[in-house]
Amino acid sequence: MSIIIDRRKNTSGKSINNRQKFLKRIEGQIKKALPDIMSQEGIKDSKNGGAVRIPVKGLKEPAFRHDPATGNKNTVRPGNDKFTEGDRIPKPEGEGGGSGKGKGSNQPGSTEDEFSVILSRDEFLRYFFDDLELPNLVKEFMESTVDYKNRRAGYIKDSVPSRLNIKTSYQQALGRKIALQGVFEQKLKELEAALAQEKDEAKKKELEDEIELTKRQLETIPFFEDLDLRYNNFERVPLPATSAVMFCIMDVSGSMGFHEKDISKRFFTLLYLFLTKQYEKVELVFIRHHTEAKEVNEEEFFNSRESGGTIVAPSLALMKKIINERYNDNQWNIYCCQASDGDVWSDEDAAQCHKAVRDEILPSIQYMAYIEINKHERNSSLWKAYQKLQDEDKFSMRNIFEVNQIWPVFQGLFRKRNVAA
Amino acid sequence: MNKKETYRKMFCAPNWNYETLLAADEVTHRIGRDDFRLKVYPNQIEIVTSEQMLDAYSLIGLPTSYPHWKFGKDFVINQSNYSKGRMGLSYEMVINSNPCISYNMENNTTCMMVLVIAHACQGHNAFFANNYFFKEWTSAESIIDYMVFARNFILKCEDEYGHEEVENILDACHALMNHGVDKYKKPQKLSAQEEIERLKKLSDVRRENYNELWRTLPKDNEINFESSAGNFPEEPEENLLYFIEKNAPTLPGWKREIIRIVRKVAQYFYPQGMTKVMNEGYATFMHYHIVNKMFEEGYLDDGFMLEFMHSHSSVLYQPPYNSKYFSGLNPYTLGFNIFMDIKRICQNPTKEDKAWMPHLIGQNWLEQVNYAMENFRDDSFLLQYLSPKVIRDMKLFSIGDYEKEKEYIIQAIHDENGYRKIREMLSEQYTRTSYVPDIQIEKVDLHKSNRIFLSHNISNGRRLHQDEAQSTIEYLHYLWEFPVTLYSKNKLGVIEDEYKKG
Repeated sequence: MSIIIDRRKNTSGKSINNRQKFLKRIEGQIKKALPDIMSQEGIKDSKNGGAVRIPVKGLKEPAFRHDPATGNKNTVRPGNDKFTEGDRIPKPEGEGGGSGKGKGSNQPGSTEDEFSVILSRDEFLRYFFDDLELPNLVKEFMESTVDYKNRRAGYIKDSVPSRLNIKTSYQQALGRKIALQGVFEQKLKELEAALAQEKDEAKKKELEDEIELTKRQLETIPFFEDLDLRYNNFERVPLPATSAVMFCIMDVSGSMGFHEKDISKRFFTLLYLFLTKQYEKVELVFIRHHTEAKEVNEEEFFNSRESGGTIVAPSLALMKKIINERYNDNQWNIYCCQASDGDVWSDEDAAQCHKAVRDEILPSIQYMAYIEINKHERNSSLWKAYQKLQDEDKFSMRNIFEVNQIWPVFQGLFRKRNVAA
Repeated sequence: MNKKETYRKMFCAPNWNYETLLAADEVTHRIGRDDFRLKVYPNQIEIVTSEQMLDAYSLIGLPTSYPHWKFGKDFVINQSNYSKGRMGLSYEMVINSNPCISYNMENNTTCMMVLVIAHACQGHNAFFANNYFFKEWTSAESIIDYMVFARNFILKCEDEYGHEEVENILDACHALMNHGVDKYKKPQKLSAQEEIERLKKLSDVRRENYNELWRTLPKDNEINFESSAGNFPEEPEENLLYFIEKNAPTLPGWKREIIRIVRKVAQYFYPQGMTKVMNEGYATFMHYHIVNKMFEEGYLDDGFMLEFMHSHSSVLYQPPYNSKYFSGLNPYTLGFNIFMDIKRICQNPTKEDKAWMPHLIGQNWLEQVNYAMENFRDDSFLLQYLSPKVIRDMKLFSIGDYEKEKEYIIQAIHDENGYRKIREMLSEQYTRTSYVPDIQIEKVDLHKSNRIFLSHNISNGRRLHQDEAQSTIEYLHYLWEFPVTLYSKNKLGVIEDEYKKG
């Protein structure tokens, strides 16, 4: 009789392990493909949890094979519609050595098949951020640990009575009693044996006395002694803050076109992705500004158009205000990313920005990145103002104009800066 | 009668359930046994999802296998093709094991399920159980256990010697897998239990004979081959993996064991590669007959038969050579046509048949079909049974591609002149040497270098693919651990190419 088994409920995924082995094998190729993927639309999808396709070339699995270009072969084919024996058909170009195309062209068998690997979002991000080491951020991260938690850590012999662990103490006591009892009982046995054999009355009396003494000792083993007591031990472990807030500040004045906004958006997305990798909870605050600053939602932030001149300082003030209102307790790791084309209303405004960042923003946040999107050779006023902050550990700035520059710049911004140090 | 009505209702409903499958299995099994004298292994029918089918694809059909990136690569490629819609999954997959495991896709219709059960659980199953090649070269009883053993062994090696080392060995073995098959000697039957005991014994022997003194002997004496005089090996050896496993001078035991595992797997799959046409042809022939018999007996209605004929004929579709769907001869079609032709010749021979297939005339067709199924493999089967009628029906013709010629030359077509030639050429096309180069170990230099000499016998002027041959030689060198030389020799024994490592 046959057996019928419904396997559908079994987990599929026998191949997961082998797939991992394969991914490891093509790790180099995947990493190489990342910048390309970065500069395509895909990044927005990956934020939403979609899969990422990465084209890779097949790995060679060599074996002894015939070179298809050599030798004499007969092949039987079906569906003859026009040939008779002895017919000659010209070989396609490149085959048979007539055309001088070189050897590579007539080896269709040896070309590597290209195919794409589908990576899950998590896998993608892992490769994505693999190279980025952020020591100064990590340092900040540790400094920002503000909360402590008591964690059980075994037992100790001395502590306050409220932490007495009765079970363990009793075990200790029990052990001690058994050990001591054993000694006395052994002694008692020997004495009794000696007594049974002893004939001399005086010595008998002596032995009896000793037995009496031993018996009393046996009875008086204390139930608990200080020695037995065990207390629960606790140690204080720092609790890292697991939430982060990311401020996105963007200039939406008339001078920021679609292209500039697109680049900013990608940059913000990237930073967001990075933070979601580091922190459990990431909140976003969008601040847009032209002549005045306003907190908006994401939709409005990127999509609605506004024009007018540019004053930057109010947005930084607004950010400071929001931090004070909502993110003031030490639970938050604060990041700020500002994107602008560098135009400001006046040098005075630029100077104010510099001051605000230096005195008010930087002390209270983990990191601030400024990207300027323009292809001007000359430096903008804001750029010049921020340049004075270059030495600050928590501050980085870069200039980009093309979409495909984003990834290298991002890497540059966050790369271990104190390599030399 | 009542039962038949119930079954009929089940088979003709679009949706199936557990009872439907049981019924289909019962009926097909009865018909197979009573009407077509099929002897089969017990069946184990498993219903799987498409993802599980993809898993099965990449493990080449085995329910379990040792871990290796190659399987992961196949999985990724299949998954990518499947999700892009470039590749459909087959309705079933069947494993040469006892009990005979077959995977059936969950989204098959009832008709497909019946077809697939007749095809795999009767047709293929009978083929595995009765074809001489499978009976003598594989051990259906123990393959599953053996693979579990292999998997555990390799996992253990990974723990003990590191992933990389194990991966390197497996890579090297896979490169030589086609050359790890005994073609003439019948391999011993496998048994996981025995395998484990053999390993234990081996380490016991080693432990008992361990002597610290041996380690102080000079290195050279470590290799002590039994045949000291003249050539070693005495006869050229074509099973490269076997030779290395047994004779590599300094290879540690666990590596030898891994070579053995890959060798055993290659051996297990050897008959499948050599009987594609027959195996698929026979299974198709059987499902066709079984389903028609079920129809005659009244289990199926016309609607079922229409769907069946549709699926059956799509399986048998053979695009002509100039179609954009053409991808070689369809083994289902070729095999099915030949088996149907055997039946026809037994029943209604023409004058031509009497001249070509005298041994079939007037015989019982079922006996002849089963005889052919049991005693041949693709190349001999084609040589024996490919009749002019099938050549004509399929309009077979042969194209010659000669290195020195600037044009292809049509060698033979489906006419009086060509039948014999086409039969021989097609048979040759399915001979193993036409796709696996003939490479043998000639000798080992025992005195000095331990260099191993291999020779490739060039047939029909087909030389080795140079880059691949060089990489493969490097793998061979990795396993052998001493220098390796491969000569490609032509018919006259003149060396045309030379590959070296070390």
